[in-house]
Amino acid sequence: MTGITGAQADRPVPVRPFDEPWHAAAFAITVHLHDHGLFTWPDWADALGRALAGDAHAGCLDGSDDYYRAWLAALQEMLATGGVADAADIEQVKQAWTDAYLTTPHGQPVAIALR
Amino acid sequence: MPHDHHDDNPHSLLPSEPALRVKALETILTEKGLVDPAALDAIIDLYSHEIGPQIGAGIVAKAWTDDAFRAALLADADQAISALGHGGRQGEHVVVVENTPETHNLVVCTLCSCYPWPLLGIPPGWYKSDSYRARAVREPRAVLAEFGVTLGEGTKVRVWDSTAEIRYLVLPMRPEGSGGMDEATLAGIVTRDSMIGTGLPAAAGAAT
Repeated sequence: MTGITGAQADRPVPVRPFDEPWHAAAFAITVHLHDHGLFTWPDWADALGRALAGDAHAGCLDGSDDYYRAWLAALQEMLATGGVADAADIEQVKQAWTDAYLTTPHGQPVAIALR
Repeated sequence: MPHDHHDDNPHSLLPSEPALRVKALETILTEKGLVDPAALDAIIDLYSHEIGPQIGAGIVAKAWTDDAFRAALLADADQAISALGHGGRQGEHVVVVENTPETHNLVVCTLCSCYPWPLLGIPPGWYKSDSYRARAVREPRAVLAEFGVTLGEGTKVRVWDSTAEIRYLVLPMRPEGSGGMDEATLAGIVTRDSMIGTGLPAAAGAAT
């Protein structure tokens, strides 16, 4: 088994706490929704724990992209449970963003029409 | 070739699948009035620039130099920490566990990645990895050895499993030779890993 740390330096202050902007966004959405009472933190931790345990890569999560994919799955579960958005809603808006990126000329701001 | 940069596609670069999914969530939640994009930016900025292990390091250095604070911290960390203006956002309790020559403390979250965010910021990737989460409990000495921490035979290792309700912060032992340092200088030798238990404070002589 390879080492856990990857011999990474233990810097006093991590310069980049998030590897990808979407990791940061998923984190912030979750904290924000909790701040506004959409779910309790123990319920969130349970959902995240389930997502991590049920992940296709369970046993070899590296703690970065795959971790935040599980985070995202847990967040979607919380939104579905809370009646905020189900998988179909999310898929539909995701497709709208995908289409917008594929049709917006490079350099132009990408936006979707709000329903 | 996975990326052909000679393409002449005029459209914008398509983000990754999960990035698009997060954008979709943000759109839906903003439309429903559940999320304020400016508040999301503020949260990211806070955890990127303001909240980090330097906060925990300041608390450890204060405990090393102020016996009354140290006693208060060990007795009721929530109260001692909130008196300094720091505290939890997730309603969690913080418990500070003190390393001694007899006992070395190691913190893990076997369920997910519970961590004292307000004191240490976002956990490092390895803390969230399956490898660490499984092995810290099963073979803590082997894990510590990989982090370069070798304990004396007489030192027990105590592993603390964090939960959504209780987060642990290790109070490391003040290094020998740090007697002349003031609180601010001491804070500079307290590493993030030493407050998780996977490291020790930087050698006193290494501080600048």
